[in-house]
Amino acid sequence: MQPQRSTVRVRVHPLGDTALIAELGTRLDTALNTRAIALASALKKRRDVRQAVPAHGNVTVQFDPDQITYEALAAAIRRLATKRPPVEEPGRLHRIPVVYDGPDLESVATALGLPAGKVVELHSRPIYRVFLVGFVPGWAYLGPLPDELVLPRRAVPRTLVPAGSVAIAGQETGIYPLASPGGWHLLGRSTVKLFLPDSDPPSLFRVGDRVKFFAATS
Amino acid sequence: MTAALRVRQPGLLTTIQDLGRPQAVGAGVTPGGAMDRFAHAAANLLVGNDRGAATLECTLTGPRLVALRQCLVAVTGADFDPRVNGEAVPTWTGIDLREGDEIGFAGRRTGARAYIAVAGGVVGDRWLGSMSTNLLAARGGMNGRALATDDVVSAAIQEYPDVAGRSLAGDQRPPYHEHLLHAVVGPHANRLTPASRHDLFSAKFTLTHDSNRMGYRFEGASLEAPGDELLSFALIPGAVQLPAGGRPILLMADHQTAGGYPVVAVVISASMPVAAQLAPGDEVRFEEVSIAKALELRAVQRAALLSLMS
Repeated sequence: MQPQRSTVRVRVHPLGDTALIAELGTRLDTALNTRAIALASALKKRRDVRQAVPAHGNVTVQFDPDQITYEALAAAIRRLATKRPPVEEPGRLHRIPVVYDGPDLESVATALGLPAGKVVELHSRPIYRVFLVGFVPGWAYLGPLPDELVLPRRAVPRTLVPAGSVAIAGQETGIYPLASPGGWHLLGRSTVKLFLPDSDPPSLFRVGDRVKFFAATS
Repeated sequence: MTAALRVRQPGLLTTIQDLGRPQAVGAGVTPGGAMDRFAHAAANLLVGNDRGAATLECTLTGPRLVALRQCLVAVTGADFDPRVNGEAVPTWTGIDLREGDEIGFAGRRTGARAYIAVAGGVVGDRWLGSMSTNLLAARGGMNGRALATDDVVSAAIQEYPDVAGRSLAGDQRPPYHEHLLHAVVGPHANRLTPASRHDLFSAKFTLTHDSNRMGYRFEGASLEAPGDELLSFALIPGAVQLPAGGRPILLMADHQTAGGYPVVAVVISASMPVAAQLAPGDEVRFEEVSIAKALELRAVQRAALLSLMS
């Protein structure tokens, strides 16, 4: 069998004089995310790259302009991105108990025209993928949500969301690792510790990991 | 490790900072580190340290510190009118303290953040590869918090380098007084309406009080960059984000590591020291530059720091 040449195009844009963003695509898509992770891993091995963080479909790269120019690194990225990504090992699977008694469960059910029980069933059915770790320590963007659960963010964000809140917005779901402001819809709560300051890396979830929620009673 | 200074008064917000922990960003941990990397490096070089050693970052007011032994220090960055035993001493210059001398500050004249380096390098808790203080996680620096009265600041080694009196002339420092931030257009600048793109690079913006080590919020022209919502992506210091309200946010050292607002510009590395010295109420302008120009300005600062290494 011939190895398939990729048709994915990469768009590279500078971020100031010491960083750039390499965009593989703008959709929430597991294959794109796999490519972003592979590209970031390849870039991290370079001595002229200080940091490469993969996100949903792009990689933010900080580089040393004394060692390489933006143009040369962008060209290297275009070459790397056309390589077939390695077959991805399945990420670690985390099973997370959730008490589905969140303050927005009823309003979400109403907005979606579903019984609350169905919202819980739909939310706890898929095995989600960790697309990006970031925003605050330990936060992970998980998805994709079942289409039936897709809602825009709350019009008015809450000034304080309790730590452990399990929430949805758009095509994604996540767990607030720390008490913080937030605009996502709160479906329930979990006691899992996502930010592990005394571990390295200090986040329970890593990009590419898989997460399965299940309903718990307390 | 050797005790060097005792804190008599901590000041508004004095933290231990080095070059931060950029590799922790992938776990959502902010990179942190000194806001003004030029002043931080210069302070270290003036006392014979490696440029990446930890220093004390003092915000808007300075601390009062008593020397527990003879030690060489330097104060750079903002000018808070430094004093030794009440007598004015120069900034950007190595100062030899004797045991019992008190270094303090009479009041802010210019800038927002002063850096105090101690020969041998300030010592803080190391967390994820850096001694920088992360207040949110309560890790790094002085037990994960700002300095408090009676804390003892230690140096990694006891050194009496033969560099006392070394200084960095005013024309060798970044143009702090100009309040001009050079920026390269960002990946989502094409979303800006023509009027907003014009305003971004010509209007004056005022730094609000809702500004800190995480980011700066500006008042002034309201900018519009309509478009579909973006999936979140990893951010860097210097990124100028544009949330729905139209007021730009400049991300600083303790920024959120990811976000989904359009990035309409990125302040260049040579202008970040200038940004670090802005205080609420200051007016600034953003000026669009090419990457080539950004690297030229970067090289000028590099040369100034190199002059302190000879």
